Amino acid sequence: MIKFRNVTKIYPGSKQPALSDLTLEIDQGEFVFLVGPSGTGKSTLIKLLFREQLATGGQIFFHGRDIARLDKRQLLKHRRQIGMVFQDFRLLKQKTVFENVAFALEVLGRSTREINFKVPQVLEMVGLAGKEKSFPAELSGGEQQRVGVARALVKDPILLLADEPTGNLDRETSWQLMELFTDINRSGTTVIIATHAWDVVDRMQKRVLALENGRLVRDEKRGSYANEFQLI
Amino acid sequence: MNFNSFKYCLRQSFVSLRRNFWLAVATSCIIAVSLAILGGFLLLAVNARQLMGDIGTNVEICVFLYDNAEIEALEAEIGALEGVDNVRFVSKHEGLADFARSLGDESLLAGLEGDNNPLPNAFRVRASHTEAVPALAATIRTLPGVELVEYGAELISRLVKITGWLNSLFAGISALLAIGAVFLVITTIRLSVLARQEEIGIMKYLGASDWFIRFPFLLEGMAMGWQGTLAAVAALLAGYGRLADYLNRDTLAFFIRPVTAGEQLLPIYIGLVLLGTLLGGIGSVISIRKFLRV
Ligand SMILES: Nc1ncnc2c1ncn2[C@@H]1O[C@H](COP(=O)(O)OP(=O)(O)OP(=O)(O)O)[C@@H](O)[C@H]1O
Ligand SMILES: [Mg+2]
Repeated sequence: MIKFRNVTKIYPGSKQPALSDLTLEIDQGEFVFLVGPSGTGKSTLIKLLFREQLATGGQIFFHGRDIARLDKRQLLKHRRQIGMVFQDFRLLKQKTVFENVAFALEVLGRSTREINFKVPQVLEMVGLAGKEKSFPAELSGGEQQRVGVARALVKDPILLLADEPTGNLDRETSWQLMELFTDINRSGTTVIIATHAWDVVDRMQKRVLALENGRLVRDEKRGSYANEFQLI
Repeated sequence: MNFNSFKYCLRQSFVSLRRNFWLAVATSCIIAVSLAILGGFLLLAVNARQLMGDIGTNVEICVFLYDNAEIEALEAEIGALEGVDNVRFVSKHEGLADFARSLGDESLLAGLEGDNNPLPNAFRVRASHTEAVPALAATIRTLPGVELVEYGAELISRLVKITGWLNSLFAGISALLAIGAVFLVITTIRLSVLARQEEIGIMKYLGASDWFIRFPFLLEGMAMGWQGTLAAVAALLAGYGRLADYLNRDTLAFFIRPVTAGEQLLPIYIGLVLLGTLLGGIGSVISIRKFLRV
């Protein structure tokens, strides 16, 4: 489903590549953790997939198509089928919680009936029932994060990209969210999560891609957060 | 864009207008002011043209006739000429009476009545617009039975020149004011869009098409433009109505007859409303253009 071939990303103005010579493959239905120290390119990898950024070198294929070559319409379609949880939330400040989540469906041209049915359901799932009418500025960091998650989940994406979706959450809520992600993964959605939550990664025994200084240093089918030797 | 999206956009524009209420009010006000200035100037222009026209058509063409002229046929013929507003026959008899009245002493002309009357029969012709006068005079002169045609040639030629000059001046200033209004409106709307630049970027990331993002802004802009111009037109109607009333009543201002005819004023008002609405919409679309490139 996803294929990186010798992908390099150098941000304009920086000499050090954020990602260098990355080659990897992710199949449909996989559940993948992206781990590694801060600044090693986890967010960059996700942004490349979402095509928020363009790779400097190499190619990224999504369903066999080079995503650097998508035209305007194909790019919209590409983004519409991906559920994205941004590390910095990116909520629409002028819209309420309900409207923020509903927007993901409105973009797809779904009916008001479907929206009124689905949005409360998803908000309930992420534990935000009762906050429908609040504006993002009136929410805590963790609550905003969950709005972002709800927005990504509500459209039943074929690929869920989540950049530190539990960064602002307590352990309890983090686990609940992870269960949600597992559920949605079971229903066929491919899930890629960048995270620092080592206990979660260790417990879940999913595929782990470890990055260091922009390079892929470890790819394990049922991996843990850290290399065993590092633990000692 | 399907029907659901359309409904959504429509609803969203209203919600957004409500949430950005004060910004929308400020924008509407600026649109109102700039279009009121333009509108006020257009009214001035219309009145100036009418004034020039009045002066011009008050200039009569005097057509003096031979005694053997066929008056009725001639009157019909002149009346049918292009650019003639009305034709009035002044018989020698009336002419003499007029003359006597203007002298103030009727006894001076005693003995000149009847067959001794030295004055010719005449037509007094009014043109419908100043520019037509010289050509009209030339045409009438060639008609049978016409002895002499007289009009204030000097005055007319000067009037025609001034009118032409004023027309270009007014057109120029109106164009400048209109362009100024366009820029002012676009700048104001850009401010309101700027405040939402980040949102537009996020919308693009969520897969919203350009038109899906643009449409609420377009409607919002049009609503602001529409409200603004309605206010401007209301102010013009009230202000100009009063002024016209005052001028019509005041005897000192007897030489100024303000334009009150609906068929002249209505196009200005309707044009302003259309222009304002259009400006609001176009301003919005232009303003968000560069934020859509994400
Ligand atoms: N927009 C940008 N412009 C320039 N440099 C950037 C930009 N975004 C990221 N970088 C740089 O690229 C490198 C990788 O950043 P990235 O955000 O991918 O790290 P990360 O693994 O997500 O870190 P964290 O765990 O802290 O989120 C960093 O050195 C960062 O400074
Ligand atoms: Mg990151």
